[in-house]
Amino acid sequence: MATAAKKAPAKSRSDKQPNLSAPKPADFTKEEELSAYRHMLLIRRFEEKAGQLYGMGFIGGFCHLYIGQEAVVTGMKMALVEGDQMITAYRDHGHMLAMDLSPRGVMAELTGRRGGLSKGKGGSMHMFSKEKHFYGGHGIVGAQVSLGTGLAFANRYRDNKNVSLTYFGDGAANQGQVYESFNMASLWKLPVIYVIENNRYAMGTSVSRSSAETDFSHRGASFKIPGIQVDGMDVRAVKSAADLATEWCRAGNGPLILEMQTYRYRGHSMSDPAKYRSKEEVQKMRSEHDPIEQVRVRLLDKKWASEDELKTIDKEVRDIVADAAEFAQNDAEPDPSELWTDIVL
Amino acid sequence: MPIEILMPALSPTMEEGNLSKWLKNEGDKVVAGDVIAEIETDKATMEVEAVDEGTLAKIVVPAGTEGVKVNAVIAVLAVDGEDVDKAGEGIGEEEPKSQGAAPAPAPAAAKSEAPAPVAAAPKTEVAADPDIPAGTEMVSTTVREALRDAMAEEMRRDGDVFVMGEEVAEYQGAYKITQGLLQEFGPRRVVDTPITEHGFAGVGVGAAMAGLKPIVEFMTFNFAMQAIDQIINSAAKTLYMSGGQMGAPIVFRGPNGAAARVAAQHSQCYAAWYSHIPGLKVVMPYTAADAKGLLKAAIRDPNPVIFLENEILYGHSFDVPKLDDFVLPIGKARIHKQGKDVTLVSFGIGMTYAVKAEAELRGMGIDAEIIDLRTIRPLDFDTIIASVKKTNRLVVVEEGFPQSSVGDHIANQVSQRAFDFLDAPVITIAGKDVPMPYAANLEKLALPNVGEVVEAVKAVTYR
Repeated sequence: MATAAKKAPAKSRSDKQPNLSAPKPADFTKEEELSAYRHMLLIRRFEEKAGQLYGMGFIGGFCHLYIGQEAVVTGMKMALVEGDQMITAYRDHGHMLAMDLSPRGVMAELTGRRGGLSKGKGGSMHMFSKEKHFYGGHGIVGAQVSLGTGLAFANRYRDNKNVSLTYFGDGAANQGQVYESFNMASLWKLPVIYVIENNRYAMGTSVSRSSAETDFSHRGASFKIPGIQVDGMDVRAVKSAADLATEWCRAGNGPLILEMQTYRYRGHSMSDPAKYRSKEEVQKMRSEHDPIEQVRVRLLDKKWASEDELKTIDKEVRDIVADAAEFAQNDAEPDPSELWTDIVL
Repeated sequence: MPIEILMPALSPTMEEGNLSKWLKNEGDKVVAGDVIAEIETDKATMEVEAVDEGTLAKIVVPAGTEGVKVNAVIAVLAVDGEDVDKAGEGIGEEEPKSQGAAPAPAPAAAKSEAPAPVAAAPKTEVAADPDIPAGTEMVSTTVREALRDAMAEEMRRDGDVFVMGEEVAEYQGAYKITQGLLQEFGPRRVVDTPITEHGFAGVGVGAAMAGLKPIVEFMTFNFAMQAIDQIINSAAKTLYMSGGQMGAPIVFRGPNGAAARVAAQHSQCYAAWYSHIPGLKVVMPYTAADAKGLLKAAIRDPNPVIFLENEILYGHSFDVPKLDDFVLPIGKARIHKQGKDVTLVSFGIGMTYAVKAEAELRGMGIDAEIIDLRTIRPLDFDTIIASVKKTNRLVVVEEGFPQSSVGDHIANQVSQRAFDFLDAPVITIAGKDVPMPYAANLEKLALPNVGEVVEAVKAVTYR
């Protein structure tokens, strides 16, 4: 039997799974570079402020910062059209800002105030906006993958050509329901882009210590879902991958996996001392691959912006964040009666 | 010796079936594996294969016979060298083989016009429901048909309603609840899923968050334990966590609790489990009318609703009002029978014990009031307390495990809200505190029984 098995013609990979390769990084216009710069900077400054407010005791519980990963949501958002949905896990502040949710609303939710997006009842990990098509904000690792697949199911049911952007990390990629979802998404050709944000650590466990297959773009192979590895620190690379993926989904080809190779500078959460990696490793990513610095250098090199102009953007962003922080610290706590609202309709 | 071919049991709960067709005639040679007949159960039409070789000497039960008891002799096979003409002599006139089986079935032609529901239990007399207008025409319907009708009506009414689950479409439902839906609504709205409860529950919740109204069928709620994270953490809590912006209008339904002889992993009641969770509604009907009216309400409800059915009740027939749009309120108990001496509270299949006990108690001169909760969350304490204030005695009956049971919660609330009205401690009757055993005798011991209910009522009435 063994001999027979050897003689059987090996199926080439492309028979089972369409072979897609990572497209070249997009050529950004001046406007696109400036927009990417501004959006990423807003996330960076917002998260820095959130970290500060956490240290001051204004933010409680868990708080997972997105610093270092800004290019992923920013580049993906650039490919979306009205009605496309986004859903992610608990490292979600950047996703919400990318989907244009109000910085005041997000920050006030972090401080648990009535002006927060969830009236102070959700906190860092649980925010939503039907209007902006942002579906959370989920605290259970991997649960958002089935839910995001369900959003895509609704798109196909309505035949509306919208796409569900379903984000999860390298840690969630080992959850069983991810593969249950892959199977259904491929079987039913659902328009869902699985964006795996591989920041190399599932909390404190590196991918090589948690994952038998560390190339996450291959994780859909058993389900005929093509996957692409993308430099998630380069917003142009993310954007071109997002263009390819959204076109793929809108054309009715079913799901696609984008493995975003990225990095978080801070610990898993505010209470993580990050002893599982070296300071040098973090420093190397910051100095050589920082997503915002990459755009800044290009803008200056191409003379699309002067130092002064970039400083002006910096100042505008800082003002937005300062305003959000101010609001979030001074807004009232929810009325005690809110304890009993929004349980059932 | 000629071989007797018996009516086979084709499912755990099958007690009888229809012999729809013979595929062999008397005198035909038969070898093992030949399909000799077709039998229609309450779930499906099944082929009967010959196990032995010989000649079909006599067909005892003619084609078209309904209600043939399991183990009744349906044909006789003459084996090698036996006289085919004599092999069937005297068979068919005697009682069927099975112990305590009903008399030999009558041919279909002798039956009344109305097609008798398969495996239907004796009809239960139900007190008038104030939600049904007086004089409404009633139609005898099985719980199975009522559930199907509820889904079909709501799917006709609202294009956002769809049903998904294992075997709901092409197979027509593992328990035939979705029979005919694929034919009427097509595969876009009647969706067969892979065996992947956790995943498809999440897909359903995601679709609901996007505004669709999914009905997610679990083949049994025992399998929904794989999906319970999505039910509780995603479906039940999102409305609160989003400050009211986004919820999940979804129904999770399917058989719950013990069926028959399917042992520990397939025999658990989840009423108490789900009733624990704010953000969920939990419905557990007993009658077909409630099954229909409440399933329609559940589908229209903007919240996640857990709809707990029971495999044994699927074949039971009850009167269902013939109304264009019969919707019942969730969260309202129904007084099944009025009485003055003691209050019996139950729900779902637990009602079968309460109803039988009530009849026995009547014979002893005890006039029991029966309350069918219908909804476990929100629980209709007003109806329970009003009854207790009248009868001053309370017995609660359910099949689930005893610790932290629905009955425990009711006993606690009644002791807090109506302590001064109680003339005896509340007795809660539940399944025994053991995993469900397989052996028939042990299974019977593990479940509540009518005798326990009668004894409890005698205790609280000091008889």
